[in-house]
Amino acid sequence: MKLREIAHSRTGDKGNTSNISVIAYDEGHYPLLLAQVTSARVRAHFAGVVEGEVVRYELPSIAALNFVMTQTLGGGVTRSLALDAHGKSLSSALLDLEIEDDLST
Amino acid sequence: MRTIRIGSGAGYSGDRIEPAVELAEKGDIHYLVFECLGERTVALAQQSRMKNPDSGYDPLLEERMRAVLPICASKGIKIVTNMGAANPLAAARKTAEIARSLGLPSLKIAAVIGDEVLDACKDGDLPIMEFDGSIKQLGNRLLSANAYLGAEPIAQALTGGADIVITGRASDPALFLATMIHAFGWAMDDWNLLGQGTVAGHLLECAGQITGGYFADPGYKNIPDLARLGFPIGEVGEDGALVITKVAGSGGAVTAQTCKEQLLYEVHDPTRYLQPDVTADFSQVRVEEIARDRVRVSGGRGTERPATLKVSVGYVDSYIGEGQISYAGPGSLARGRLALEIVRERLKLTGVAASELRFDLIGVDALHGANLAARGNEPYEVRVRVAGRTENLREAVRIGNEVETLYTNGPAAGGGVFKSARDVVAVASVLLPRELARPQVHFVGG
Repeated sequence: MKLREIAHSRTGDKGNTSNISVIAYDEGHYPLLLAQVTSARVRAHFAGVVEGEVVRYELPSIAALNFVMTQTLGGGVTRSLALDAHGKSLSSALLDLEIEDDLST
Repeated sequence: MRTIRIGSGAGYSGDRIEPAVELAEKGDIHYLVFECLGERTVALAQQSRMKNPDSGYDPLLEERMRAVLPICASKGIKIVTNMGAANPLAAARKTAEIARSLGLPSLKIAAVIGDEVLDACKDGDLPIMEFDGSIKQLGNRLLSANAYLGAEPIAQALTGGADIVITGRASDPALFLATMIHAFGWAMDDWNLLGQGTVAGHLLECAGQITGGYFADPGYKNIPDLARLGFPIGEVGEDGALVITKVAGSGGAVTAQTCKEQLLYEVHDPTRYLQPDVTADFSQVRVEEIARDRVRVSGGRGTERPATLKVSVGYVDSYIGEGQISYAGPGSLARGRLALEIVRERLKLTGVAASELRFDLIGVDALHGANLAARGNEPYEVRVRVAGRTENLREAVRIGNEVETLYTNGPAAGGGVFKSARDVVAVASVLLPRELARPQVHFVGG
């Protein structure tokens, strides 16, 4: 299944850095997020978009992850050549990530 | 326990105005906060002020103030806003003039100044955070440097009796935190309270983004009545207890989901959300729906404030030229790709001096690039977009022109050309030792 089935997401921007939250609809799916939505997978998913690092922060109290992606916004929101200079649409792309459908976790 | 109700009347400079009026009329609020100052807005406003010393504040200041002042004055609602942009004093004087014209001459209006720190940044030749370089290296491209001030001077203005406080660059959450510090007398080193107050401010600062805006995804996340989206109210107790809600009957929804999304919006390390007044820690925050459109948010904490203030530095970065053209129907994708190849070659042939170029097919790969686009199907129509960065306007204009010539020189049936060329005022950041910014409060005559 797609990540979209178990999580929602919002993108924020600061300079050339984008952050994307991934929040479980059902807190019971948080372990699935922890296990499968890794920094490495997010980095690979955004190959060609992220030129810097992807760092993952964990927020168990709200069953959410926060991905911080550097060098992602075309040199910075205020100077980017991109149509979506803020990268606001990136969250939707991340929700297309494939998740192994083992809901027993 | 004492509780205050704070309404958030704008999430950005151009935001809708009638939800703020609704908050003032029906929200039973004590404070109405307008956050209207984007990262680069101060730099643009500074340019405007250089041309006209009485300008440089938010272009919607007058419209907003005229819409809410009569109600706020009659109900005793205090207003806090960063609509002063590059000229808080002129904004305060303008607001006083509006108040008089509305028959409200007794309103006390304060401006918070002192966020302009260009000289201090030059003296220290501070290093730029985003790229290798320093303030002095920006030379005559440097336009402005404004420090993110904290809550203290705003709270001081409120305590001095201000009905309306107008700032320039200030931290967005601090606009809200100041009302709590003023109302409850919170100590400026009670880091956990300031951290929880920052959670409240952060959740409220983007207005509709916590009541269902920037959220709806039909079939997955349904939000009613976005055309009449209500703006949020934070109920904050003396001990930091926080409930996010909105005016009954307004559009949108306040749910645990909307609050969680906004909690992490524009946050990096959640244990260290750096603010002028506190290093806030969002990592233990809990979110709980207690009734319809009422969400309790608890567990914000904090540690000591940073020794430096973040400063937004505005500078002339470059010029951007752009052109677009559309193709539709069978074969449109191939014609769009051909068009991009032609423009790519033409820019080379004619020697357009661009340091960076971008070739997009809107509807195909413009937002997320070729890798993610490879998952999609062929669209019915595509829009070609070419954008490039140049050193001057003349070169920037040539980029759009090369797209426009596709009309008569490019693939079949291209239509709807758009072209533009503009200068780019960009923003970078430096860190200034906090004692070098000296905020002051000025009251203007009502």
